[in-house]
Amino acid sequence: MATDTKTPALPVGAPVRLKKMAPPGHVRCPWYLRGKSGVIERDLGLTGNPEMLAYGGKTREIRLYRVRFRMQDIWGDAAEPASDTLDAEIFENWLEPTNAS
Amino acid sequence: MPHDHHHHDHDHDHLSPSGHPYRKDQDAPLTYHQQMEIAVRELLVEKGVTTKAEIATQITAMDNRSPAIGASIVARAWSDPAFKDRLMTDGSAACAELNAPVDAMELMVVENTPDTHNVVVCTLCSCYPRNILGLPPDWYKQREYRSRTVKEPRKVLSEFGLDLADSVRVQVHDSTADKRYLVLPMRPEGTEGWSEEQLAAIVGRDSMIGVAVPQV
Repeated sequence: MATDTKTPALPVGAPVRLKKMAPPGHVRCPWYLRGKSGVIERDLGLTGNPEMLAYGGKTREIRLYRVRFRMQDIWGDAAEPASDTLDAEIFENWLEPTNAS
Repeated sequence: MPHDHHHHDHDHDHLSPSGHPYRKDQDAPLTYHQQMEIAVRELLVEKGVTTKAEIATQITAMDNRSPAIGASIVARAWSDPAFKDRLMTDGSAACAELNAPVDAMELMVVENTPDTHNVVVCTLCSCYPRNILGLPPDWYKQREYRSRTVKEPRKVLSEFGLDLADSVRVQVHDSTADKRYLVLPMRPEGTEGWSEEQLAAIVGRDSMIGVAVPQV
């Protein structure tokens, strides 16, 4: 049931954007981070997909990452000091690599 | 209430001799989920999957969890650099050494330094390292803490009485999946030579969530 590779597709430091989508049901991606850009902070390994497990469905394992965001990239001018950061655990189905950081 | 008064709220004017409100008896019928829990529990016992004693033992074990467990982990990390290394590398394994297993959840320990202050929140629900901190405080689960900590953490910390210098980076951890977070506070000055027991006594729950720092 494991994915095709044991190596994370996204290396530490890789710039990513969270998909801006709003599927119904049990979703494990905070709303305020959707569409926001950050970098991979670390790989947390393979895990069942909770968005399928929640419905008793079969799930292939997917990768979980910690993504680091600059507060400014989340909140813009409303952010407290721009150097402050936020880490969140994001499943790979929500991530797309970007070129610019 | 079997009195004839019409529409009078009796909850507030009936006090015990010591001045506390009486707690209402639970005379209402069971809710759907209460019935479901009892049915499932009785079936599991009947089928020999578990026993009543096992369930009672587990409830006791869960009730006994408190921030004192987390404080002893922090005190050990302050006293034993090799243990601290293991704690930072694999939090769950290191806690198991101290007889404080964190079950299947992987514990991530994040360390405060002179440059970085960590604070933990769970915006999606209320994920919390219960195995080592016990039940979460009420505010941890409330919308205000959950929504504001990710947007204006410095303001929130200031309301807790913790004002951070601008030179310190605030690192928020939104605990959104299967990991649990423990903040390892900085050991305060003036604690040189203290025993682990003395150290543990100054490590409060809030300092391990990141909304406070230990005080001497």
